[in-house]
Amino acid sequence: MNSWEPKIIAFLCNWCSYGAADLAGVSRLQYPVNIRVIRVPCSGRINPKFILAAFRHGADGVWVSGCHPGDCHYIEGNYYARRKFAVLKHLLEHTGLEPGRLHFSWISSAEASKFAETAREVVEAVRAVGPARHFIKTKPMWDDIETPLQAACQAEVG
Amino acid sequence: MHAYTEKIREAAQRLLAEKKVDGVIGFRMGTIPMMSEPVFIRHADQVNQLVWNGFCGVNLANYLVKRKDRVAIVAKGCDSRNIVLQLQENQIRRDQMVILGAPCQGMVDRRKVWTFLKGRDPLQATEDGASLRVSGRDFDEVLDRQAFLQDNCRICTHRNPVIYDELLGDPVPEQTGVDRYEDVRRVEAMGFEERWRYFEDLIASCIRCYACRNACPMCYCPTCFVDESRPQWVGKTLDPTDTRTFHLLRAFHMAGRCTDCGACERACPMAIPVRQFTKKLEKDIKELYGYEAGVVPEGRPPLDTYRPDDPQDFIK
Repeated sequence: MNSWEPKIIAFLCNWCSYGAADLAGVSRLQYPVNIRVIRVPCSGRINPKFILAAFRHGADGVWVSGCHPGDCHYIEGNYYARRKFAVLKHLLEHTGLEPGRLHFSWISSAEASKFAETAREVVEAVRAVGPARHFIKTKPMWDDIETPLQAACQAEVG
Repeated sequence: MHAYTEKIREAAQRLLAEKKVDGVIGFRMGTIPMMSEPVFIRHADQVNQLVWNGFCGVNLANYLVKRKDRVAIVAKGCDSRNIVLQLQENQIRRDQMVILGAPCQGMVDRRKVWTFLKGRDPLQATEDGASLRVSGRDFDEVLDRQAFLQDNCRICTHRNPVIYDELLGDPVPEQTGVDRYEDVRRVEAMGFEERWRYFEDLIASCIRCYACRNACPMCYCPTCFVDESRPQWVGKTLDPTDTRTFHLLRAFHMAGRCTDCGACERACPMAIPVRQFTKKLEKDIKELYGYEAGVVPEGRPPLDTYRPDDPQDFIK
């Protein structure tokens, strides 16, 4: 159990958060390595399908980050995204997804320190809820994850 | 309610004779009791097939999407809200339709009656005001109609059509003091693990027939997300994860568009209460953006617009 590390899929907007991640790297800011970045053209590009697919393939958490409201490269993409995210997050949590798994943030390309800090926050939140036990269809090819998963399943069966 | 039948026939006769429409979408008697079926009448000599009763639960707005001809359509409160949404989404033009608005007293849930009859075969079902009379070979039951309504009709707050050209009867009083979200709040009071189980049990019997999607008047994408294969976002198996993904995405597509007409639930062959998903969305949309689907023709659907000050306390 101790060797388990959360695996988090981060959808980062090309015009801001992705740049912030780059800047964080260039500035040698430390942040956890549990994040797998997927670059998207805008947070408005995020379809709920993507988030569910990430969970289905074994992600312990998903983090979506885009530009601050008003700063969207496409003028208003993140405004629409914000409504979608609110509704989706409420729905997923209503149907039993733990609140620590799905995260959203606004990070501009200059906010490298906010990026590093948010990354730490997200990783810690996902670590706190533990390995994903729901939504997984494709079993993760990672022994460290399977062992606690099996233990959790065993505990549930009793 | 049977007075509607005469009015529908009269209107259909008149509209077809005057060539104002190419057809009339309404109901005719089904082949078994309590199952009125949709019918498309194209000639004036067929109008006597049209009926109206408490078993016309099917949402006729489903037959409007992408129509090219002019039609008259019989619309209950919920159907009319779906028509408003389809107008907003440019699925049909207003000048293509003559809407015959039917103020509605709620539709009878045939499943509830079947359950009550415990296997006895109903041969005839008739209504008289607030009572429902079901008879068969060796039984004759008079039931309280209100107790056998569809679940969504019992909590309906829009019984009168919101948009119509002709009204088939006087508007009915709207229900007041109904608690629309009692079941949603019950789930909200649960812990996360309990919620997960609740929905797992809810959809456990799903056979992925997509009847809920097909019955829904708001589901009209040329290629549905469940049919996409490259990339394939939703698995096609009966795996619980695939089934849940389907139900979540189907519900999400209804966000701010669902009128709670109950078409999905009445179409479900496994009697899964799929409205449990859409009702949560309806509640959230109402709380977050103060929007009720299909009530006003003006404006845009809530996920097709935004306000700069939308709530964002969940975003870091």
